[in-house]
Formats: sequence, structure tokens, C-alpha cells
Amino acid sequence: MTGEGTVSGVEICLDQVTKRYPGSQVAAVDEFSMTIPAGQVVVFVGPSGCGKTTTMKMINRLIEPSSGRITIGGRDALSLNPDKLRRGIGYAIQQAGLFPHMTVGENIGLVPGLLGWQQQKVRARVEELLDLVGLDPAQFRNRFPRQLSGGQQQRVGVARALAADPPVLLMDEPFGAVDPITRGNLQDELLRLQSELRKTIVFVTHDFDEAVKLGDRIAVLGPRSSILQYDTPEAVLANPADDTVAGFVGAGASLKQLTLLRVKDVDLDEAVTAPTDEDPAALHVRLTMQNSKYALLLDARRRPVRWVHVRELVGGGALSTLGRPVEATVTQRSTLQDALEAILTEGGHVPVTGQHGEYLGVVRIDTVMDVIRTLREEHEHDHD
Amino acid sequence: MTTTNPRAERIRLFAQPVVVLVGLAAVLGVIASGPLDDIEQRNINVSTILGLTWQHLLLSVAVTAIVVLVGVPLGVVLTRRWARPAAPFVLVLANIGQAAPAIGLLVLFFLVTGATGFWIAALPIALYALLPVLRNTIVGIQQVDPSLVEAGRGIGMSASAVLRRIELPLAVPLILAGLRTSLVLAVGTATLAFFVAGGGLGVLIDTGDKLGRYSVLVTGAVLAMALALLVDWLGALAERYLAPRGLR
Repeated sequence: MTGEGTVSGVEICLDQVTKRYPGSQVAAVDEFSMTIPAGQVVVFVGPSGCGKTTTMKMINRLIEPSSGRITIGGRDALSLNPDKLRRGIGYAIQQAGLFPHMTVGENIGLVPGLLGWQQQKVRARVEELLDLVGLDPAQFRNRFPRQLSGGQQQRVGVARALAADPPVLLMDEPFGAVDPITRGNLQDELLRLQSELRKTIVFVTHDFDEAVKLGDRIAVLGPRSSILQYDTPEAVLANPADDTVAGFVGAGASLKQLTLLRVKDVDLDEAVTAPTDEDPAALHVRLTMQNSKYALLLDARRRPVRWVHVRELVGGGALSTLGRPVEATVTQRSTLQDALEAILTEGGHVPVTGQHGEYLGVVRIDTVMDVIRTLREEHEHDHD
Repeated sequence: MTTTNPRAERIRLFAQPVVVLVGLAAVLGVIASGPLDDIEQRNINVSTILGLTWQHLLLSVAVTAIVVLVGVPLGVVLTRRWARPAAPFVLVLANIGQAAPAIGLLVLFFLVTGATGFWIAALPIALYALLPVLRNTIVGIQQVDPSLVEAGRGIGMSASAVLRRIELPLAVPLILAGLRTSLVLAVGTATLAFFVAGGGLGVLIDTGDKLGRYSVLVTGAVLAMALALLVDWLGALAERYLAPRGLR
């Protein structure tokens, strides 16, 4: 995620943080050490019961560590008053955790209120935040949580976490309880917000795909919150540290990797193109000379319309009736996974179009294969 | 006592006081229109009836005040982590208070204190009516979703702020339901206050019974019933309009 906003987050350091519950032989979290860089999204991912939530809750001391050190932006978190510490850390949880007896506005305005902001300022902030998460303030400010859909509640939950503009955000499976489509939208929304705000976000999930999509870095956690791998999504996908991580990554790691890259990240190839009114015989000559089998026909505004095979050019007839129509195109913003899907539909290559649907080039299946191969090689020696 | 059908509930809210008042007026009208002897005239007249009803109401209000002032804070304390082990014992005590016959409590309290009067009646009746409010306060706070309490702490509210601004408001509907039950118990039991010279409508019932004037007895009984039903109606109104808006 390369954002355009300036970094407003701060670094979080956990140093040998341990949680031992009384009466339990084994520690719930055992000597967890990690540096979370300022302005990045770090996703804790792992099976349920691995201690990822416990680890996260020790950062805002909802769970007190038994030993170890935690610093947030250089300040020792364990020496601060816990309530004051938490007012400076945004907190969003599953099913939003909105207070049902308070309006949307009251829910969002809670933390600024605790910090002693003037009412006027709180009101303005509530409006700003509702706008930010895509809810119309006039329509939603005075509603109660039960009058909102699940997705809207989650948006309000995120707005509440952002209310006092904290440098750090903790998110505990915040999108866990909504349907997949809404979930995807909320994830996109969070990425958009993050590209502007550049907070330090610790995000807990058990959904690896969510981790890949949202994380600048992924921490795959095992039993007692042991760090199995802590790396970029690309690296985790390309080269899982061990079999456990590989199992968690699941099938289709290469395909998941392709969701991380966009068409604009690869070099486009040139196809033989022709206007629909060109003489078929002339095109035949051009194709043979360039040793190509297919030509892409463009309409008057240079938009791809048909594919013509060299064999079809010899029978005669107008060019605009030959070959078969183009069924799929991709844009530069499409992911390589979408491009691959389109390539399989189109048969070997897919046209890439610009903002007005004009032809820019094609992506070939070989290009995609090369990308996968390069990624593998890049991360091959990561843990040697 | 609670109806789930909202339409039936609305009709009941409107109809209950009307039916009670009409019924009361009818009974009192029939009694007042008949020939009344000396004793009846001394008991069934506007100033006596109003005076005793007022006393009865005062008793009920005092009992309710004690119940709220004791039951709600006690219930809150018993849901705090450090006091949770004590909760079963206190609940057993309150259960005994309710299970024991109210008249037994009254007389025992009278025997122990050796005094009579308003407060000697109000205190044991309060013990008798305490349980619904106490239990509903505890249950009301316990049924608050723990993730909401954690969310409150997680965004930086202190434990007391969470209690004041989240737990208690969310428990209000149940506390009000308990209060309504307590109120009805209090109004009903206040008819026994005359045993310890506490006054109230029980005086009419007692007089009517001892002197064989059934009109007097019926007047007292019907008034006490009407009062209980009206108080129940007020409780229903409170449940409906005092609960936090987002929960209704």
C-alpha cells in the first residue's frame, strides 16, 4: 500500500511480552517480540485460540501483560494510566460494539467527550467522521445502532475508533460479522482511509485472504502467539516459512499473489492491430510478415472489437464480419488475477484498455507466468 | 403481566385506568346511595376515605423509596467483580424476606422494636418488596453484553463511567420491570400496616370486619385493589416511556 497521505501513526514495540494466567501452566502469550512500523497495517492472523487477540489487547492493556515491555511512539505504555492510554488508541471490534442506547453521534463523540473537547468541536468532528466513512451526517447522526445495517454499524464502529484522531488503531476482527460483499466493501473503504490517514493499525483476523488484502505486513501466529512468519503478504505467499504457514496460506497461493499486483505493474505487449475497414488481404500480408496468428480489430475510437485469425482472412468478405468479438478486456487498475481470468476466457491474451476504452496493449499469459516465477525467486532465500 | 403483542399492550395502557376508575366509581356509588348507619357514616365519607388513601399512598411511596435506594445500589455492588461471591447470599436473604408472610415480618419487627407507627410498617414491607428490584438490578446488569463493557473500557472509559453510562442505562428496562412488581406488592401489603398502627386502607377493612359493616370492608378492599391496579398502570407507563430511547 503506497499511500499519498503523510504518516500520522507511530511505531509500536513489543519486547518479550508474556501473559500468564493464574493457575495455568503454560503462558497464553510467550515472550512475544515485534516492532510494528509507524503508518503500516500489520495483520495478526492465525487459528482461533492462538493468542492473537490476547496479544493485541495487551497493547491497550485491556489485558495486563505479566511481563515484558510495550512502547507506543517511544512512550512506555505500561507506566501510563490505562484509561488515558486507551483514549489515545482507537479500538474497533467485531459487530462494532456500538452502545445501543446512544445515537450514532453520541457513540462517535464518546472519546472526544472523555478527552474534554468542547461540544461544538465534538459535533463538528462527528460530522467529519461520518462523511469520512461514507455515511450522510444529516441522515445518520441521530439514528440508533439498531436502525442501521451491519455494514453501516461497522462503519460507525470505525468512525468511533478514529474519533480522537489516535495515531494507533487496534481492530479485532472488525469485519467478521458481515456478509462477504459488504466485507469486501468495508475492506476497500479501510484501505482508502488508510491511504489518507496513514495510521499504525494492528488488525486481528483469522481470514488469511483478508490479511493479504489489508496488510502491509502479515504476522502468522501459532500456539501461544509464537510468530511463525512476519513479512510482507507477497513474501508469505511466495515462500511460507514452514508447513504450518503453508497450510494456513492454503491452496492457490500463486493466485492470491496475483491479487496483490495490478496490470499497470507489468509490461504490456503489442498486438497486431487494424482498423475495421482495412483490406483483409493487406492485413494478411502484415500478419504473415510479423509472424503473428491473430489481429485485433479496433473501431473508429480505437476500442478493441474483434479478434481475427490469419486463416480467416483468405476467404474474403469485409473485415468487420470476420473472426469473433472481444469478450473481455481489462484496465490498468485490474488485478493480475482478473487479467489471468480474462486471458483464460480470451485464449492466451487479453486487451488492456485506457480510461475511455481505447486500446493500450495486451497482457499475455507468459507475462503472468513470468511474474509468478520472479516472485518465487525473489523470496526464495528469505529464510535461509 | 406483560403482553408481547404491542397493539394489545397499547389498548391495555389506555383501558386499564378507565376500567379501574369506572369500576371504583360504580362500587362506591352503590354503597354511598344506600342507607348508611352511624358507624358507616363515620367511616364512609370523603375526608376519611381521602385521608386513609393518602396514608396508604404515602406508605407505598416510602416503601418504594426504600426499595429503590437499597435495592439498586445493592444490586450494582453485587455485580462488581469483588462482591460477586456475596450475591447468592444476599439473594437468599431477599428471597426469605419475600417468602416469609408479610404479616409475620410486620409483627416480628414490631415485637423487636416495641414501637408502632408509619416507619414500623414501612420498613418490613420494604424488606418484603425488595427482592424484585434487587434481583432485576443484578440480572439487568449481568445481561449487558460483556463485549459492550469491554468496548467501553477499550475506548478509554473508566470502570465507573462504564457502569454509569453503559451498564446502568442498559439495565433500566429490567430495573423498571422489577420496580413495577415491587410497587404492586407494596400497595397490596400496605393494607396490613394497621396492625402496627401504620394507617392506610387496611383500617377500613379492619373496622368493617370487626364491627360487621360489610359496606365499610368492601370500600376499603375495593379502594386498595384500585390503587394497586393504578400503580401497576403507572409502572407500565414508566417501563414504556422511561426506558432509554434506543432500546424501545
